Amino acid sequence: MKKYDVHMLELVEKSEIAKNIFDFKLKNAQIAKITEPGQFLHIAVPGMVLRRPISVCDVTDDCIRIVFRIKGDGTRRLSEAKKGDMLDVLGPLGNGFDIEKGKTYAFVGGGIGVPPMLYSAKRAEKAYAVLGFANKDAAILCGDFKEAGCELFIATEDGSFGVRGFVTEPLENIIDRVDGVCACGPIPMLKAVAELCRKNGKPCQVSLEERMGCGIGACLVCACKTHGENGDEYKHVCKNGPVFNAEEVAWNG
Amino acid sequence: MADLSVKICGVTLNNPLIAASGTFGFGHEYGELYPLSTLGGISCKGITLLPRLGNPPPRIAEGKDGILNSVGLQNPGVDHFINDDLPWLMRQNTAVIANIAGNTVEEYCQMAERLDDSGVDMIEMNISCPNVKHGGVAFGTSCESVGNITKQVRAHCKKPLIVKLSPNVSDIAEIAKSAEAQGADAVSLINTLTGMRIDIETARPILRNNTGGMSGPAVFPVAVRMVWQVKNAVSIPVIGMGGISSWQDAAEMLIAGADALQIGTVLFNDPYAPIKICKGLNDFLDKKGYKSVSELTATIKPW
Repeated sequence: MKKYDVHMLELVEKSEIAKNIFDFKLKNAQIAKITEPGQFLHIAVPGMVLRRPISVCDVTDDCIRIVFRIKGDGTRRLSEAKKGDMLDVLGPLGNGFDIEKGKTYAFVGGGIGVPPMLYSAKRAEKAYAVLGFANKDAAILCGDFKEAGCELFIATEDGSFGVRGFVTEPLENIIDRVDGVCACGPIPMLKAVAELCRKNGKPCQVSLEERMGCGIGACLVCACKTHGENGDEYKHVCKNGPVFNAEEVAWNG
Repeated sequence: MADLSVKICGVTLNNPLIAASGTFGFGHEYGELYPLSTLGGISCKGITLLPRLGNPPPRIAEGKDGILNSVGLQNPGVDHFINDDLPWLMRQNTAVIANIAGNTVEEYCQMAERLDDSGVDMIEMNISCPNVKHGGVAFGTSCESVGNITKQVRAHCKKPLIVKLSPNVSDIAEIAKSAEAQGADAVSLINTLTGMRIDIETARPILRNNTGGMSGPAVFPVAVRMVWQVKNAVSIPVIGMGGISSWQDAAEMLIAGADALQIGTVLFNDPYAPIKICKGLNDFLDKKGYKSVSELTATIKPW
């Protein structure tokens, strides 16, 4: 079987779980079987030249679940897909989170960075989920993390749900209890989480985002600056990532 | 079943479709999907004498029917290409074209010399990259500089030499003539058109490089026009590219005057485009009663 390929996935369930945030269940046993936590799908959208990279939220039996936010024309058109439509998907792509057996992890998600943490958290022996949102209305997937057996901590910027503030506060309280941290979200959040992990000597994996072209590492557009053996270099989110070791990332690149 | 193979500068290609430089890396990634012999050739990612980091991201923006890129020639350098990428590429049963770019004429010459002793089938001289500060498109925008660099690189290279032309010029046919006069074996066109997109909320350009090179279906009519003009001006082979995304586009570009084609941006949306385009072309040739794809080249009947 090919590592990745173009597959047709049927949209079998669709809902808007928060304003402009869509939850799609896509059916295709072949691709579901080989998809790993933290990988992404590169989805063709009618009328757009470029595919849209969307991270995998969960995999159940023969379905892949994606949760995405409308950000521009491409994601808006994707959100207009109807139940029963076949989506043209290149995937699964990228390197996901490395979840070691028998270890405890904190899964930290911020905003639309929360979805990729769900399937990842399910892989861990013991998982803490630390989720951050702008406010209560923007909160997503909290029930799913609970159902997955995670111990859940929530922070909102306005304090309308969970504690007021950022994910770093609840994370700081539990960081002694975990072997490693996995995170996805806005760059300032990832930077703060990485710094907290560094101070506490915990390995940290971060999932990054960048405007993408081919999705497989051929066109070199989705560059991310990293510390290499011979100085800083550009790696690529699609092929080398989207998950990177936080220590490797040149945050001010 | 028409014969899809074409002969360019003494090199036989399985079919007229060559992967365009910068869209296909060194072939490994698309090679996961299908045998690279599916293509007539691969024009490899542009290489420079020394490794290059490339430009900071974002390096891509989208427009209606097109994209802009500002990669800035990120590559591992000519030695890495020859030692680490080429041996594998040479086993893929497809023509290998090295695409070279430099900051100075001397750098182009040095690279041509090294590649002349390697197994590459052809060398494509990129004097039209819009995304680098030194060299690049600066060599490609006047007849004098194109003639000069072609002449000098020619002296260092016995392999077939393709000169890749920039569309960001007032008369591309004159530029092509200069390349031909100084020893180019073929010309390829068009490289990207310089463009720009701006985020209206932040007033910031989408590309960190501010401007970038535009490709994709939106540039196709410009490319067809330029291929037609160049074909009328030179007698060396013309490799046509710019927004080809279907077999109909491929046929149109051949009719306009292309002897072979390059495809690039379409791959990002449909990695299997080469297979579909070859099949469509083949059916079209059969329907029209052509025995070989080369019979289609320059069959345009202009008004």
